[in-house]
Parts: sequence; structure tokens; C-alpha cells
Amino acid sequence: MSDFPILNFALGADIDILRESVARFAASEIAPHAADIDASDQFPMNLWRKMGDLGVLGITAPEEFGGAQMGYLAHCVVVEEISRASASVGLSYGAHSNLCVNQIVRNGNTVQKAQYLPKLISGEHIGALAMSEPGAGSDVVSMKLKAERRNDGFLLNGTKMWITNGPDADVLVVYAKTSPELGHRGITAFLIEKQFAGFSVAQKLNKLGMRGSHTGELVFDNCYVPYENILGEEGRGVNILMSGLDYERVVLAAGPLGIMHAALDIVLPYVHEREQFGQPIGTFQLMQGKLADMYTTWGACRAYVYAVAQACDRCETTRKDAAGCILYAAEKATWMAGEAIQCLGGNGYINDYATGRLWRDAKLYEIGAGTSEIRRMLIGRELFNES
Amino acid sequence: MRILVPVKRVVDYNVKVRVKADQTGIDLANVKMSMNPFDEIAVEEALRLREKGVATEVVVVSIGIQQCTETLRTALAMGADRGILVKTDVGTESLMVAKILAKICADEQPGMVILGKQAIDDDANQTGQMLAALLGWSQGTFASKIVVDGAMVVVTREVDGGLETINLKLPAIISADLRLNEPRYASLPNIMKAKSKKIDEKTPADYCVSDATRLQTIKVTEPPKRLAGVKVKTVEELVEKLKEAGAIA
Repeated sequence: MSDFPILNFALGADIDILRESVARFAASEIAPHAADIDASDQFPMNLWRKMGDLGVLGITAPEEFGGAQMGYLAHCVVVEEISRASASVGLSYGAHSNLCVNQIVRNGNTVQKAQYLPKLISGEHIGALAMSEPGAGSDVVSMKLKAERRNDGFLLNGTKMWITNGPDADVLVVYAKTSPELGHRGITAFLIEKQFAGFSVAQKLNKLGMRGSHTGELVFDNCYVPYENILGEEGRGVNILMSGLDYERVVLAAGPLGIMHAALDIVLPYVHEREQFGQPIGTFQLMQGKLADMYTTWGACRAYVYAVAQACDRCETTRKDAAGCILYAAEKATWMAGEAIQCLGGNGYINDYATGRLWRDAKLYEIGAGTSEIRRMLIGRELFNES
Repeated sequence: MRILVPVKRVVDYNVKVRVKADQTGIDLANVKMSMNPFDEIAVEEALRLREKGVATEVVVVSIGIQQCTETLRTALAMGADRGILVKTDVGTESLMVAKILAKICADEQPGMVILGKQAIDDDANQTGQMLAALLGWSQGTFASKIVVDGAMVVVTREVDGGLETINLKLPAIISADLRLNEPRYASLPNIMKAKSKKIDEKTPADYCVSDATRLQTIKVTEPPKRLAGVKVKTVEELVEKLKEAGAIA
């Protein structure tokens, strides 16, 4: 990965050192394995402990539980740099550190934090969050997973679908209906451990991209969950879910930023090396036009994502901008990976080059954490209601 | 024992350097800067010696413009205990740097100074040697292994013929070669801890050293472009071509 001069976003000395450290970790510990991770569809499990040692797994968690007590901008920068090396590792990292760890940080009580956070942050345990179901994707609050009161706890019955880290997770944040008759007000969040009787993984899903980031279907068959494992309050799950999504979208929006950087990492050296008509293809204005569009789009996406992350750190989170920054960055990343394929021509279309992987990986971000359509609906609806 | 580690802020090794259009130097606008990689190895070695209980404190020094603070912060984030910035906007010629370091050694009384064998910007490879001469201390350059043994330190050096092992009396100056160790990544908790570590700000005048440059840069140019080679069919033709090129008589 050769570095070319890029705009200084002046994110501060802490963020610069953080980026530097994570970028070097990612370049030596992750990037060399990215092609294998994709081809074998296997996550290098030893990375969890290494990321734990680096201190990135609990980046937004308090120090008393082993966290780094940094903010959402810092979290974005870590997701970006890891995703530059391998988008699928970046996704699994984001699911663990934001969807699971940060939700426990935001909503867990002291006992739950002390019980679950230290091992999730050290990398001994892997975390996940389970929201979607086979019949509840964009319409997530129509979920069917049922939680019925039994003695001092609940019996969970149903399934969850497309769960990132699901097949490996030791600890999962799971949403279920404790009062189905109340609709979305009947949702409660639970903390599930993989050894709970009645919990199992049906299968690991075979995906187009993000291969190596394990995604699965989860089955709850009379799975007993003690009452103290309610995350937040009974019946308040939808608030946890929706507010969590605002942060999840911002943090995951950095995934596309990393993919776009990876596209430039491949394309820029290539247009120097590849010669046609007796000269490097980068000397042709049509190619320079592509480079210009790619660089400019990437910069615009970074500016938006960083600005929204900084707003989160100032506690000025807005739903439409959380959705807006990932909507824009995700679609542009898929476009940019496509441009990278085009810059490489025939080479871009064969799997010896990573551009195809970037494209397959980028596409996920138009679907996961809400589809582009749902994001547009949220933004448009908010704008209309606010005006 | 205290270990002093000087660190230099240089153009990052991944950057493709470009000569300024007016040929007065390298274009540094918006270019990524990092700690000299050999200095990073030196910091790592000092930290390992502290972790083994050989050293008690690791002090890092950087000489140069205000932004060298970032380089010191990186070293502090790796685990160094405190920093000294000697601020100058003029230049960092080896002798001037060595003279300042000699004065800092007089103040700090380190048992060892570990520095990178050279900086990847000017590749001068002389600060360590000059410092040893100024102080009259023993020196072990191009170290690939350092073992402290009481009042002595055993340094394995990478020399042209292989490895040379020497025994030095402490205090000593040691310059780090590439294979001495693999530097650690600064972990997030350590990055946060580094924020509260102290960096003293000084100037060359505080050490009674002039920062006036002694060398004058006349012109900086790109190295000549490599020309394409020619293919030869036989050994005889090869010899002939080499003679033509004046490579052999």
C-alpha cells in the first residue's frame, strides 16, 4: 500500500495516532490474508485476540471494563482502516465492537457490563447482535421471535436470520417479542450466551461478498433466558434497537470508506504499471478523469461520515444524517469498486486481482444495517415531518 | 538505568518522494510524516529492556519543528515514559543533533542511548558515531542484538562479513539495525495514557548549541531514469557489451 498525499481532515492528534497504529496493524496482520479470507470464507479466529491486544474491541467502552473510552469518530477510523485491509474483517469487527459491545455499554446495567464486557473487549469472546428474521428485514419490528414468561425468566422460540458473527458468537444481543399483542412496543432486548440450552446455529450462510465474515441463521427452541439477562427494560427493546441503529449506521459507514481507499490502493499503482499504446494508461485523460472522480467522491464521503461521527461525539446524533452518511458512502463504494474493475479492464474481471472482491464486499453496505431504500425512506420522512 | 532514545520525524517510508519544481528540496506539502523506522526499532528495544527490568525509564527526544511533538507522542503511545522536544525551524544536521544530544546526556545521565542507525530521509548514518565521540563513550553500531550484563552490554553487530559480537562498557551508544526487533503497535489504552505524559520543550539555545546550518544545499534532483536493458544471446556478446559500457577492461 503506497501512500499518496491526501487531504488532512484535522481530526486531532489522538485520531491521527490511532489511525496510524491501526493502519499498520491492518497492513501487516490482516491485508496479507484478505484474499485467503475471501476465498476460503473463513475468519482468522486468532485475529480476535490480536485486535483485543491492540485495544480496538472496546473502543467506546469505559476504561473500568477494559475499554478505551474513545468516541464514534475514533470508532469510524478503526472500521475504515481495518476495512481498507479486509472489508469482511471490518464488518465482523464492527458487528462485535459496535452492535454488541457498544449496545451493552449503552444499555447494560453494571452487573451485565462487568459480566460480559471484559471478555468481549479482550477478544476471548465474540459478540453479535440479532435483529432480522426470515420474514422481518426492512420491516424489522414485525419480528416473530417469541419470549414467554416462565418462572424467573423467559422461554424464547423462533429464528433470527443474516446474523453477522452469529455462527461464532459467545454473547449475543437478541431482540424478541415479550408482548406480541403490543406490536413494536412489545419488543425486549436480551443478552444470550451461546451455551444457553435451546440456542443453536442452523447454518452458516453462503454469501456473495463479505466472505470470511461469518453470517448465520440462529434457532431458539425453548431457549431459557433468566430475567436478569434483559438488556434495558422489558418492552423497551424498540428504543434500544432504533437508537442503536443510529450509531451502527455511522460506525458502519466507515466500512465503505475503507473499501474506497482500497480501490485507490489498487488502481493508482496499476495505471502507472499498465501500458497501452506505448504509454502508462494513467497518462490518458479518460483514465485521469476516473481517478479524479474516484478521489473526489471518496473525499466527499469521508467528510460526511466524519462530520456525522463528530456530531455523535457531541451528542448531536440525528437519525437522517446517520442514515444519510451510510446511504451515500455505501452506494458510492459500490460504484467506486466498479470503477476500479473498469480501470483494470480484463484484469479487473478476474479474481487474481482484488477489485472484484471489493465490489462484492461493498454491495453489502447497501443492504445491511438497513437497505438503501429504508434509509431513503427515513431521511425523506424525517425531512418532511420536520418541515 | 535510564535509556535515552532520539527519534526523528521523516517522510513516511510508503510515500513516493517528489523533488520540488525549483529543485531546492523535497516536496513536503500534505506528505505523510512518520517516525524514522530505525528509531522505532530503537524505541522498541528500550521498552523491552525496561520490561525486562534492565532499564527503569525510557526518555525520548526529538529535535526539529513543533510537529515533532507528534513523533514524540507516537513513542509515548508505544510506552516511553516522557519526552523532550528541542525546537528548531532551521535544520537538523547530524553534528548539531549530536551536540544537543551530548548536552541532554549530561543532564539526564542515561546508561544507554539507543538510536536508529540512520534516518531514511538523508541516510546520513553519523549522529550515533558523532555522539559517542563527543561524549567519549563506547559505541556499538548496527546492532541486531543487545544483551545487558551488569556494567557491560554485549552487542551483536551486522557487518559486511556477517555478525560481530562486541562487549561495551556502560554508558554506551547503540545504533539499531533492521533486525534488532519488530516494533509493537501502539495500543489504544496506551495512546490514551500517552496524552498525560510529559513533554519538555527546549531550544538549541538552552543547550548552548547553535542551530545554524553548516551545509548548503545547491540543488536537489530526481535520480536519472533507468534505461531499458538489452538482451544478449551469448556469453561472448555479453562480455563485448560490458567492455563497450566500460564495466570491464
